[in-house]
Amino acid sequence: MTRLTLTLRQRPGQRLDLSPLVPHLLAGKSAHEIERIELQTTRRRVAVGELFRLRMGDAGQICIEGSCERLDYVGREMTGGELLVEGDVGIQAGRLMTGGRLTVRGNAGPWAASGMKSGMLEIAGAAGDRLAGPLPGEIGGMRGGIVVVRGNAGERAGDRMRRGTVIVEGEVGPYAGARMIAGTLIALGAAGPLPGFLLKRGTIVLGCGCGALSPTFVDCGVHQLLANRYVAAMIEHYSKSAAKLMRRPLRRLAGDMAVLGKGEIFLGNGTKV
Amino acid sequence: MPGLTVKGVRIDDTFAEAFGMRATALVITADSARWARQAAVTMTGMATSVIGCGCEAGIDRELTSKQTPDGRPGVRVLLFAVSTAALQQHVQTRVGQCVLTSPGSACYSGLEGEESLRLGDGLRYFGDGWQISKRVGAKHFWRIPVMDGEFVCEAAAGLTKKAVGGGNLLIIGVTTQTTRAAAEAAAAAIAKVPDVIAPFPGGIVRSGSKVGSKYKGVSASTNDAYCPTLRGAVKTALDNDAGSVLEIVIDGLTSDAVASAMRAGIAAIVKLGPKRGATRIGAGNYGGKLGPHHYYLRTLLP
Repeated sequence: MTRLTLTLRQRPGQRLDLSPLVPHLLAGKSAHEIERIELQTTRRRVAVGELFRLRMGDAGQICIEGSCERLDYVGREMTGGELLVEGDVGIQAGRLMTGGRLTVRGNAGPWAASGMKSGMLEIAGAAGDRLAGPLPGEIGGMRGGIVVVRGNAGERAGDRMRRGTVIVEGEVGPYAGARMIAGTLIALGAAGPLPGFLLKRGTIVLGCGCGALSPTFVDCGVHQLLANRYVAAMIEHYSKSAAKLMRRPLRRLAGDMAVLGKGEIFLGNGTKV
Repeated sequence: MPGLTVKGVRIDDTFAEAFGMRATALVITADSARWARQAAVTMTGMATSVIGCGCEAGIDRELTSKQTPDGRPGVRVLLFAVSTAALQQHVQTRVGQCVLTSPGSACYSGLEGEESLRLGDGLRYFGDGWQISKRVGAKHFWRIPVMDGEFVCEAAAGLTKKAVGGGNLLIIGVTTQTTRAAAEAAAAAIAKVPDVIAPFPGGIVRSGSKVGSKYKGVSASTNDAYCPTLRGAVKTALDNDAGSVLEIVIDGLTSDAVASAMRAGIAAIVKLGPKRGATRIGAGNYGGKLGPHHYYLRTLLP
């Protein structure tokens, strides 16, 4: 069966809440019912039918065409199936996802994969600040699943992450992996200053090093660890270049000694600390 | 015992009686096949029979670097015990003492079971607080810092309750040499069957036992009916031409695997023939009342 396609007619006049357009919520709905779903975030009501051209198909595979950064909460609380977005998305894409696969063929705004529990989020472009991080007031960030960003990510990628894997193939901003509780954050490009700020547990891998490093990280030498090769085999399918980095000898820094100190930063740029 | 003859080898019309067991499979890897084998041999040592060892263990097969989770050469070992608690205890002590200690080793679950046993989840405490838990995708493993780097160990291993222990063949020949040749051929054929082990030395046991003894507190004693030197003195099961008897005991993850192994063993013995190998094949049972699995030799002929 062909996928269900929604093509944005024009740039919307207000920010939209796309969270109702996920496979499990559209399953079993008729075209008429889908067109009547409201997506407004202001007092002015707008429904799917006014905003999108709908081509019916299998609700387990949804495609949103012509997307722009005004589309917020894309794939929020998605439980399964596939959601493909052609274009940019706004804030909190894939937030609280528990399954399925969300692909954004464009850039994503802040808080992408926030509180994600399982499943996969792929962003072909760049991700905004607080990738996989918690909203203000929340205790934990991402709790499972895998996020792959082919471009750069903003500040505090992996903030307060508890479990799961985040791969950024480009650069990451300041405070990458700040306050991480556990999990794995891999950045192939350069990282901004103070990665792993208040890192408790968890693994941060920085392929091209970072800006200023906190003195509360201590050098443990260069190692080519089996555990990293094992992780490489598991992430190969998602990112060949990240897997290649994990197989290299990496400098291990333990920290953040200002807090629990059971975390680690692996640096791929050799001996420089 | 009445039976039939296949290519000159007499095959008793009897059956092997086997018991349900709990089992797990582990994959042990190392930097080289030599060290993977070393860890596997050490951890499956002194595990011939649950009677004296608490568990039965052996090497199922060697794995190439393409067949293991971490891309290094490995060995798949099987462990069998009578209860989940006993199996758990032996997995813990054997992996802890023999795999964790072996240079460059890592240990993974080798079985998708309906239930699971603690593997790294128990051994992690060796890390004294420096152990690291990693969960990537569906896999959960522990990194335990050790003197040559890190011991990588999957958190849990699969457990099966459908395992079978005690499939067997009694190999009877004219001389010790020909009988051993037949037993060796059978053991080599059984080693190639997946999901089974023959836990005795080289897969062969020369001291088959019967239940009980004339002595108090001895639970098993020599199987006098099959001792050639007692042929005239006891109620013997041997014919006048029998000079030596060897047994192969088979444990398998499934009943089908045990049957396949017995079939492979019989085929190898028959192929060797009565002049160079065994003249007769029998099987051990307790009258069929104790074990739920019965393997009739006549259904396993080549």
